[in-house]
Amino acid sequence: MAHFTKATSVKDWLNQRLAIETVEKVMMSEYWIPKNINFLWAMGMVLVVTFVLLLVSGIFLLMYYVPTVDEAFYSVNYTIMREVDFGWLWRHIHGVAASVVFLVIYIHMFTGIYYGSYKKGREMIWISGMLLFVAFSAEAFSGYMLPWGQMSYWAGMVITNLFSGGSLHADALVEWIRGDYVPAQAFLGRFFMLHVLLIPLAIVGLIGLHFAALRIPHVNNQDGEEIDFNAESKKYLDGDKAGSKVMRFANDFMSKDMMVVGIFLIFLFYLVFWNYSFALDPVNFDPADGLKTPEHIYPEWYFLWSYEILRPFNIDLGLVLFGFAQVIFVFLPFLDRSPNTCPANRRGTMFKVWFWLMLSNMIVLTAMGKLPPEGIFSTIGLVAAIVFVVQWIALPFITSREKKV
Amino acid sequence: MENNSRRGFMGKAFGAVAAVGAVGSLVAMKKTWDPLPSVKAAGFTTLDMTVYQEGVMVTEKWRGKPIFVLKKSAEVMENEKGNPAAEARNIKIGDDNFMVAIGLCTHLGCIPAFRPAENDFLCACHGGMFDASGLVTKVPPPRGFDIPPFKIDGTNLILGEVGPEWQSMKDNGVTL
Repeated sequence: MAHFTKATSVKDWLNQRLAIETVEKVMMSEYWIPKNINFLWAMGMVLVVTFVLLLVSGIFLLMYYVPTVDEAFYSVNYTIMREVDFGWLWRHIHGVAASVVFLVIYIHMFTGIYYGSYKKGREMIWISGMLLFVAFSAEAFSGYMLPWGQMSYWAGMVITNLFSGGSLHADALVEWIRGDYVPAQAFLGRFFMLHVLLIPLAIVGLIGLHFAALRIPHVNNQDGEEIDFNAESKKYLDGDKAGSKVMRFANDFMSKDMMVVGIFLIFLFYLVFWNYSFALDPVNFDPADGLKTPEHIYPEWYFLWSYEILRPFNIDLGLVLFGFAQVIFVFLPFLDRSPNTCPANRRGTMFKVWFWLMLSNMIVLTAMGKLPPEGIFSTIGLVAAIVFVVQWIALPFITSREKKV
Repeated sequence: MENNSRRGFMGKAFGAVAAVGAVGSLVAMKKTWDPLPSVKAAGFTTLDMTVYQEGVMVTEKWRGKPIFVLKKSAEVMENEKGNPAAEARNIKIGDDNFMVAIGLCTHLGCIPAFRPAENDFLCACHGGMFDASGLVTKVPPPRGFDIPPFKIDGTNLILGEVGPEWQSMKDNGVTL
């Protein structure tokens, strides 16, 4: 048996059994963060806090939600919204946070692209992050089914139809996914399970992977500078805190992080209390009706850019390009052939243009996806979709010609 | 050495047990997600075709899907003449001619709206259009409305059962 001595304190007792001091050092006080960062480095913690808000509000919604096609709509819109004390608060938090979490994810993603935080040993951070994006998308979609309103039903119809593969006519696959010829009880039941159990489990696991992927290569900094974390942390521990390029994760970095989180929470709860309607589509306040399509079907804002890549083409090409748009970001670390790890603006004209065009083009795609597919909007959408695809195809060529900075 | 081969054997033995279990559970999981027998059994609808009026589009329901029933006027029939694609989709019951089709856009399954003035269908989701015989007049939909399996029984139409008229439509590629 291993040797244990009589504990001198509760901390010592735990330390002998769980090595809590070592864990605390590895995870917090001797997890070194560069000083040369800005508020955009706080988005990870903002996302953690938002995820916790979604989890807690979801737990309270789960207690009154009824996952049957006859009762789901009323359990949300009557029981939770009117009968349960503060039920509206949980629903508003859940709906608003589910929308805002994607805004923060996109900021987090484009921060990573701008500063080259997916390069040279940080590939797994990027890949696990993109897997989280996929998992969050699936979580958002499955959650959108649950109120069983008109948008729930028709979004469910359209998205499951994507799996017929266009001209492949895999209708049997679509019926298998739904468990019925159309979205009905079997469909609602399985998406309820996915939303409250399987996908959240996957998200928690992926968050663990995302953090673990960060621990060895460490966080990037504003100049993409390669830092000798051993030397710099030694300098810090030896007392030269001002001269060291790094600081402790806790409490140094966390104190700045939580400052940004505080500002974010004020913004989030302003939306929750006074401006929540953007997250609750009026069409979804009509109960699901399989015999009546709403006049305009559009996804939530965070899916609009990829929806707009699907829309202007015939079904097969549209599906291929839609699939391309869904997966292509994962491969960014391998498509970017440049030796440089530094901000996009310092990597030469080509990549600078690529970055800002990608960002603005995705905003254009988002805007066009919301507008009805007619006239000039159709044309702008088509051009923007083509530009998106061309940009990704051009990326390896642009970046392999990039000069070492 | 002896130990190694024993460990190797144990590893392979466990691998075999695990493989059988994995395949078995995948089969069970797949089958659990299949449509239930009660869902499949409820898949028949009988329509009395004498009640429809010319030019009035009626939406019926079969397997939870909308079914468009449009009794065609003489004028529409005149337009269809010489258009083999439209003629092949015509369903004749007694002296009356019908368009009967699954009312879901073949693009991604939204329900197109009937426009009586234009006598056509417009899908709000992605702008697809269909004419009164169910053929595509504007993309993205890849093909005309699908025609549900039907059997003509006097003046009744039984949806979900395969009759000779529908079988020949399917064989000739008129519908899926």
